[in-house]
Amino acid sequence: MKVLVPVKRVIDYNVKVRVKPDQTGVDLANVKMSMNPFDEISVEEAVRMKEAGTATEVVIVSIGPKQAQETIRTALAMGGDRGILINTDETVEPLAVAKILAKVVAEESPDLVLLGKQAIDDDSNQTGQMLAALLDWPQGTFAYKIEKDGDALTVTREVDGGLQTVKLATPAIVTVDLRLNEPRYASLPNIMKAKKKPIDEKAPGDYGVDISPRLSVVKVTEPPVREAGEKVEDVATLVSKLKSAGAI
Amino acid sequence: MAVLVIAEHDNASLNDATHKVVTAAAKFGGDVDILVAGEGAGDVAAAAAKVSGVRKVVHADGASVAKQLAEAMEALVVPMMSGYDAVFIPATTTGKNIAPRIAAKLDVMQLSDITDVIDTDTFERPIYAGNAILTVKSSDAKKVITVRGTAFEAAGEDGSASVEAADAPAGPFKSEFVSEQMVKSDRPELAGAKRVVSGGRALGSKEEFDRLIVPLADKLEAAVGASRAAVDAGYAPNDYQVGQTGKIVAPELYVAVGISGAIQHLAGMKDSKIIVAINKDEEAPIFQVADYGLVADLFNAVPELTEAL
Ligand SMILES: Cc1cc2nc3c(=O)[nH]c(=O)nc-3n(C[C@H](O)[C@H](O)[C@H](O)COP(=O)(O)OP(=O)(O)OC[C@H]3O[C@@H](n4cnc5c(N)ncnc54)[C@H](O)[C@@H]3O)c2cc1C
Ligand SMILES: Nc1ncnc2c1ncn2[C@@H]1O[C@H](COP(=O)(O)O)[C@@H](O)[C@H]1O
Repeated sequence: MKVLVPVKRVIDYNVKVRVKPDQTGVDLANVKMSMNPFDEISVEEAVRMKEAGTATEVVIVSIGPKQAQETIRTALAMGGDRGILINTDETVEPLAVAKILAKVVAEESPDLVLLGKQAIDDDSNQTGQMLAALLDWPQGTFAYKIEKDGDALTVTREVDGGLQTVKLATPAIVTVDLRLNEPRYASLPNIMKAKKKPIDEKAPGDYGVDISPRLSVVKVTEPPVREAGEKVEDVATLVSKLKSAGAI
Repeated sequence: MAVLVIAEHDNASLNDATHKVVTAAAKFGGDVDILVAGEGAGDVAAAAAKVSGVRKVVHADGASVAKQLAEAMEALVVPMMSGYDAVFIPATTTGKNIAPRIAAKLDVMQLSDITDVIDTDTFERPIYAGNAILTVKSSDAKKVITVRGTAFEAAGEDGSASVEAADAPAGPFKSEFVSEQMVKSDRPELAGAKRVVSGGRALGSKEEFDRLIVPLADKLEAAVGASRAAVDAGYAPNDYQVGQTGKIVAPELYVAVGISGAIQHLAGMKDSKIIVAINKDEEAPIFQVADYGLVADLFNAVPELTEAL
């Protein structure tokens, strides 16, 4: 089974973002960038499939600026085989990302595309499902467990109310959730090895995909700030405060 | 103008998330129809017909949409969209699974998790775990939207819309439902609860979580939530996770017990009306959003609080 893993370079999850005073966006200058945490989980899963003998090749793909190359290198150091960088400085919306990925799929013919359920910058939670629609492939979103079952995949999904298991014919799209696995840290020797792994460089134009945005930013503002309240000294005080506030 | 709302339900009852989406759809404007897709979901269709302000209910009943899997829902909804300007879908796991598939087929860029409708092209939605609010304008002719329930009031139930039958799509589809393990509970549902008690990593075990958090929630008639750390450690089921990548809640009262207040957690609960935090570290970030903060060891404070209520 060949596995394609799209990874996105995003603001590190530990960074508290600041909205720019001119309300055009958030300030990304000099902030730490990392691989989207969900994509670390999908890379880890693909690498584990390779180690278990179910995956034959793990191809990492990222659409983004030149620096997304570092994100691909991180995935290669975790165990990916080779990378494809689709280089653009434009903001690429999930629909356009899915369209580009559909072309990459046509070229690479993977049996499985493993994506993150959500990018923690735009919080869209769209790309995997859109790619599945464009390819007319089945989808297993928010995966908690993935098992190969002959030519099919059995995917257990995290859903409201519990867990749901579906069976997907392959080729298929799976998006991963937090509990699927715990991603490894790349070891120093593997980081060195990853430097020699090939990364192809392309541009959206090479795939003939129009990436012009459908959405435009009117403004980006700070959320209303919540004032810290008061510290109460004991449980009895807490109860009486809650009573007088009408909360209980 | 007309808007299609996709109902959230379990074939037996209509989920309140639907009423909230109807409110958002009404703000968009035009006629609002509700699609009930399910199997043996007649009661749900009847309940949907009572939602205030609804023109008609379209009821598609059949095995292919029994679990509202995305492939079948795409086949059902995409052809219907010729008669609608927008489809509004709850931002539940079911809705998030379906909506982008419909959007891609219609070649439109979806708007996820909206918290306000400014006009028929302009919407508000949180980004970066709610640390920024984006006002965004769509140039697509049709809109595919998922709606954050906590941002809208539930529509009333004084309607009397007609119910029209539609064919469920014929399968087979490339995905198939196998089984589900649902957490059985008599408690209020987390997403719509008036009160929520959440426990964090500090509980230390499932036994302690059940021994301390559950009775407090019982006393308050509250839903139970958890931080990601508590869920990952197996103290609570997956769907109890409150936060950026879990459930978004905005109850009248949120009690955070042994939770530090990471931005990902705050993203899911900071719109609660009153927040109580119990944490032994007075520097814990949760106190920055808490109305009432109690610096204490939870193993003493929680039983005492449960007792005092
Ligand atoms: C991609 C991604 C998505 C995420 N999504 C979510 C999400 O949706 N929801 C979420 O919650 N998190 C999420 N997280 C995780 C988040 O970053 C934090 O790691 C998590 O919220 C921490 O959980 P916690 O507060 O229970 O644990 P900790 O941060 O370990 O905090 C435990 C707290 O308990 C206090 N404590 C310890 N002992 C006691 C005691 N005896 N009495 C009282 N207090 C005590 C400590 O002072 C501490 O403040 C996500 C992370 C990533 C990377
Ligand atoms: N620019 C990108 N390059 C590669 N993969 C991406 C990109 N944007 C999104 N993805 C993938 O799609 C997933 C969901 O992103 P989103 O739909 O934006 O929330 C991510 O976890 C990635 O796997």
